[in-house]
Amino acid sequence: MSARSVFDGAVFMPSQRKLLEDFKRDTHPDKVNLAGREYVGEHGHTTWLPLVRKIKQQIATDPTLTPEHPPILGIPEFTRRATELALGKDSPAIMESRVFGVQTVGCTGAVRLGAELLRSCYCSSSSWSGPILLSSPCDDSLAGTFKAAGIEDVQYYRYWDAESNGVCVENIVHDLENAPEQCVVVLFASGHRPTGAELSQEDWKRVAEVMVKRQLFPFFLIPAQGLCSGSLEQDAWPIRHCVSLGLELLCAQSFSHNFGLYGERVGHLLYVLKQNLLAVQSQAEKFVQTLWSCPPMEGARVVATVLSNPAHLVDWQESVKAIAERCMLIRERLRERLRLLGGPWHWDHIIKPGGLYCSFGLNTQQVEFLVQKKHIYLLPNGCLNVSAINSRNLDYVAESIHQALSSKL
Amino acid sequence: IMSIFGEVPQAAPVAVFKLTADFREDQNPRKVNLGVGAYRTDECQPWVLPVVRKVEKMIADDHSLNHEYLPILGLPEFRSSSSKIALGEDSPAIKDNRVGAVQCLGGTGALKIGAEFLRRWYNGTDNTKTPVYVSAPTWENHNAVFSNAGFEDIRPYKYWDAGKRGLDLEGFLGDLESAPDHSIFVLHACAHNPTGTDPTQDQWKQIADVMMRKSLFAFFDSAYQGFASGNLDKDAWAVRYFVSQGFELFCAQSFSKNFGLYNERVGNLTVVAKDQDNLNRVLSQMEKIVRITWSNPPSQGARLVAITLNTPELFAEWKDNVKTMADRVLLMRAQLKEKLKALGTPGTWEHITEQIGMFSFTGLNPKQVEYLVKEKHIYLMASGRINMCGLTTKNIDYVAESIHEAVTTVQ
Repeated sequence: MSARSVFDGAVFMPSQRKLLEDFKRDTHPDKVNLAGREYVGEHGHTTWLPLVRKIKQQIATDPTLTPEHPPILGIPEFTRRATELALGKDSPAIMESRVFGVQTVGCTGAVRLGAELLRSCYCSSSSWSGPILLSSPCDDSLAGTFKAAGIEDVQYYRYWDAESNGVCVENIVHDLENAPEQCVVVLFASGHRPTGAELSQEDWKRVAEVMVKRQLFPFFLIPAQGLCSGSLEQDAWPIRHCVSLGLELLCAQSFSHNFGLYGERVGHLLYVLKQNLLAVQSQAEKFVQTLWSCPPMEGARVVATVLSNPAHLVDWQESVKAIAERCMLIRERLRERLRLLGGPWHWDHIIKPGGLYCSFGLNTQQVEFLVQKKHIYLLPNGCLNVSAINSRNLDYVAESIHQALSSKL
Repeated sequence: IMSIFGEVPQAAPVAVFKLTADFREDQNPRKVNLGVGAYRTDECQPWVLPVVRKVEKMIADDHSLNHEYLPILGLPEFRSSSSKIALGEDSPAIKDNRVGAVQCLGGTGALKIGAEFLRRWYNGTDNTKTPVYVSAPTWENHNAVFSNAGFEDIRPYKYWDAGKRGLDLEGFLGDLESAPDHSIFVLHACAHNPTGTDPTQDQWKQIADVMMRKSLFAFFDSAYQGFASGNLDKDAWAVRYFVSQGFELFCAQSFSKNFGLYNERVGNLTVVAKDQDNLNRVLSQMEKIVRITWSNPPSQGARLVAITLNTPELFAEWKDNVKTMADRVLLMRAQLKEKLKALGTPGTWEHITEQIGMFSFTGLNPKQVEYLVKEKHIYLMASGRINMCGLTTKNIDYVAESIHEAVTTVQ
């Protein structure tokens, strides 16, 4: 064999985890990582809910559980409960048997699977390549996931509005009114990453109206149901509203955040259709087999156990509410600190949305200042994860942000 | 009102799952399932390896565990210990720092990531025309994984000789010779699925010779290491030989069978490159591919395997558990052959003990298979493939007699 490598052509790709690696290497005693994806508790780590640990222990000692291949589409009890969670138990779509769910490897897996289905089936095409509309900004991997599935034509609708430090529904409606007919639109039901910004129910009604009018197809993402408002129903309202209008849709759900099951990769892809359910289901099976054959059981088992048991369900809902409330409390305390530090800025936009993520409207130089000089790591676009702020670092973070804004940068 | 998905066609069901579904619905008390691809005990039950039970409890009780997303490429201690299992503890390639790995969703996931990488970066950039060769026959999902990764030209290479019920070496070598240079060949590391027929060491050497000369890419699929002969090193001989000859290669490893972890999707894509620089570039691109496929792999199974492989007493216990499974399969092979010979069933049955691993290509034709399924309620694949694990001391007589009937009464 020649001295050359067959991998010669492969170009080096800098890791997207660079920020995390830099943080790990940083030895500064006051360093804070506000760029992580996971919810961290007051103690600074991710943790299993006590209920989750208990159930995992039960699973580990249950002699009746066998290590069989799960069904390709996942554990039926899991997909059933995940579907009910998103749509509501008494959703007409469920009653009419127009829905089915697939257990996936996290939210990314759900998006990828949905993308594969759209590419091969959308609009009677055997190779639909778009256009698909994503929010601007959005998670860095989203565009790549659709493109990897062959949907090359990725476009953006305006979401975050720097002027108002929030989401501007006028912009969204305008962009959707001008979108090509029948294009697919990725919508965040709640927990938008990276901004955390949300639409009100009134806003959603307007968005849904345009979707119906222009025959646009909604692909919902709901990465943290329950963590934003504290209410499972409220966080899923946009999806339920669209279903009530008769729209067909896909919905990618994650149980990473609301169960603390990050490592276990528990995701769900929900299909709401008008007809031809079995055929679409068979296609989904076909794609799953080319991706991961069948999904991992552990995490989904935990979720199914909780969601099927009334007592566990109540316990879990309270944990979720507690997380949501803690995030809201941190936002309020941060706003208060910043207000007290003075200056011409307003901070109401910090407390408006709920959940993990928040956009501070900082520019590139200000972000760089925070990372390089204050060892506070946040995303390059100025978004951060509020859960990583706690009583020990709140003052430091607030003062540093104030400094970043005040200094002539 | 028309659905956007109104014209989506029904996809064909996967044969082996349909077989199992039919088996489940069958009410006959003597029914036997020889179709499924999973290990069964002599009581025909799935088996949770004792070492797995032990480690599962350890994990559930461990309060020090990190619950974050795993790194995109997976749990580091899982990746390195898994590659060591494939290549050997003292592999020179590992010592040279030119071996890396990606934790994947089972063997399927490992094939997927490897295929996606090769399509993007091998033999040019985004070269979807590089021929991919899979054995005739092969695991039914190989074709779909590579085709879905974008490869347009997936071809069979001669492998199974139905006439002599063994390897068609001449045909195999011929297809290697006539393949365009740089073609990708999917090789079964051991316990070929579905035939159970592996090349001998000498035959592997001949295969490697041609592949080296024609710069063909070796993509090993290793789903049965340890399970085939009962010995991890023996089952890894082919992969290690290729590495020793200087090949750069991929090895998609599955721990579903040898750990009995079918449900936790534990796989590893081992990458052997010319040097560390090439390795790093490859892994960096694979990270990007993983990120837009499943983002991060699941932790449970990988933790379990890593703890087991890295703890001497647990590792020893695991090897023992693996040998238990392999030995039971070997016993069933020996007994089935004996019974068929004792019954005087026409034909030769040596291939039953010559073949290795979970599966055996019995050589039964479709009509005979249909007879077994319909008349005797013995479920096997239309190809004549049986899963030896479906045989037990309690049903082996019935199966042997039924095969005898099928062969003597159905042509």
